[in-house]
Amino acid sequence: MTTTIFFQQLTNGISLGSLYALVAIGYTMVYGILRLINFAHGDLLMVAAYTAIYAVTMFTLPWYLSFPLAIALTGCIGILLDRVAYKPLRDAPRISLLISAIGASFLLENLALVIIGGVPKGFPRPDIFAKVIEILGVRIQVLTIYIPLMTLVFLMALLYIVYRTKVGKAMRAASKDIETTRLMGINVDRIIALTFLMGSSLAAAGGIMWAMKYPQVNPFMGVIPGLKAFIAAVLGGIGNIIGAVVGGFALGLGEILLVAFFPQLAQYRDAFAFVILILVLLFRPTGIMGEPITDKT
Amino acid sequence: MTWKGKDMDTSKRNLYCNLAALCLLALVLYLFDRHGTEYQIRILNNMAVFITLAVSYNLVNGMCGLLHLGPNAFITIGAYTSALLTMSPMEKQMSFIIEPLIWPFSVLQAPFFVSLIAGGVMATIFAFLISFPVFRVRGDYLAIVTLGFGEVIRVLCNALQGVTNGPLGLKGLQPYTNLWWSWGVAVFTVLVITKLVNSSFGRAMKAIREDEIAAKAMGVDPFRHLLLAFLVSAFFSGVAGGLMAHLITTISPTLFTFFLTFNLLIIIVVGGLGSTTGAVIGAALFAWGGEALRVVESPMDLGVFTIPGIPGMRMVLFSVILMVVILFARRGIMGRNEFSWDWLFSKLGLNAK
Repeated sequence: MTTTIFFQQLTNGISLGSLYALVAIGYTMVYGILRLINFAHGDLLMVAAYTAIYAVTMFTLPWYLSFPLAIALTGCIGILLDRVAYKPLRDAPRISLLISAIGASFLLENLALVIIGGVPKGFPRPDIFAKVIEILGVRIQVLTIYIPLMTLVFLMALLYIVYRTKVGKAMRAASKDIETTRLMGINVDRIIALTFLMGSSLAAAGGIMWAMKYPQVNPFMGVIPGLKAFIAAVLGGIGNIIGAVVGGFALGLGEILLVAFFPQLAQYRDAFAFVILILVLLFRPTGIMGEPITDKT
Repeated sequence: MTWKGKDMDTSKRNLYCNLAALCLLALVLYLFDRHGTEYQIRILNNMAVFITLAVSYNLVNGMCGLLHLGPNAFITIGAYTSALLTMSPMEKQMSFIIEPLIWPFSVLQAPFFVSLIAGGVMATIFAFLISFPVFRVRGDYLAIVTLGFGEVIRVLCNALQGVTNGPLGLKGLQPYTNLWWSWGVAVFTVLVITKLVNSSFGRAMKAIREDEIAAKAMGVDPFRHLLLAFLVSAFFSGVAGGLMAHLITTISPTLFTFFLTFNLLIIIVVGGLGSTTGAVIGAALFAWGGEALRVVESPMDLGVFTIPGIPGMRMVLFSVILMVVILFARRGIMGRNEFSWDWLFSKLGLNAK
């Protein structure tokens, strides 16, 4: 493999990794507070991508308006998801919560299938992202550079909220112990809603960039990225935001480089993440950066 | 009333009732077999396969309280194993055009019954192999690991062309599955699993479901009991996979996605998690209702899109039903209750005592 191709694959891996990271953050934040795998989280990618498509094509909004609009709408759908599917089950057995999550995920996918149809749609990628530039002889699509940069911006904003503001402090408190947090006079339901809002918005941003990178939007496009992002969150140490980012990059790079170095393994690509998951759970269940898992019931 | 005293009378009565019910079932099947339309027979076959699947799936999810999301993997393994065994070497040579079938499968051929058992055994072997990573974790992690296993099996089915013929799948299987096979297996599964659940093993499983640490303190080894449930469940899923393969007569990796698991989950949740009776009722409703609901998919051609019918409509309804049940009626139809003759007779006021 020449260095040129290697660098090309490296940038590819980094941009795929940033997408996993963005989605993984949402998983890890919700898991941190509710101890729930939000199965429907991946489907928010699809919701955001479709919203952006319709904002651009039907309402003819410019991309710099429609993308933030799609992100905001998806954030609201995240809150709605919590209200409808998870909030009534706060005191229910864990298995009910998970089943509700799976049901919500199938509902979103099939609603999209019924309303929009199963034929994949192209994504109206703005021209400025489609350009190809050459750095040191390596030809790179500018999108591949914008994706990690945007991820960095979102991540900074998120870290600022979580570690430097009062709501962030309440969020961190809720992830340690919901009951005690409630006793401290914090409106935990509002904090949970905010967590869903932030997680879903990041997933929406990830979904839009995903649709620009792989411009085939269909009702099930979020399933595999969602599962992989969850694995990235576990790999990095669930409940830990930085861990989710590290896990996302590790998984994205690992996947791309695996295919780059061993092209004959390309068809096993989707199994790779799950093998990693099993290995992590066998040898280091707390992930790369995780604290020991405590059972919170 | 003492245990013994109750046992003498009622157990004999229950035995007769069971036999009578089986005869009745046999009579109904016989009538359908002779006079039923092809469509009715297909629904009945589906019903039996789903009963087998749901009852065995419920053993892990309902009785042990683990959210296992990979039964589709075991169904796949059972279906492929059994299909590869009933095809003749000639047929196999003709279907495996991209890559020839690997050695032991290419020459082996077995009768249908042996192939079903082999499918079950193969599924059990795989279940045993993954049980070590699976049972190191609980709750959400167990769900995602088993789901991952299902995905890995799907990827392998597509990739290992020398065994599974890849995305092309296996075509032209003999339609061996008839009402007698499918219902025979279903009845056998229900009997075995009911026996297991009512044994000390079953009580230990329920104890683990309620509180694993307390069960451990009572000397119950969680790993052994959960493993037993997992393996038994995998065996019957594998057998049902074999039945399914010879019912549909064409199998490919797309047939056994997570979607299948989702359907089973709906069945056992609607029936009542932890009730074998509920699983049977849920499966019967699903097989019948799934067909009845086809109406909502066909006539709603909007004309705007060129898709024939609206393919997702039934799934939307199923998802809504699942969520409504889990949100508002978490116990499902049966809760954790089982049907028993004692219950029926006391309801009818016919109790001997």
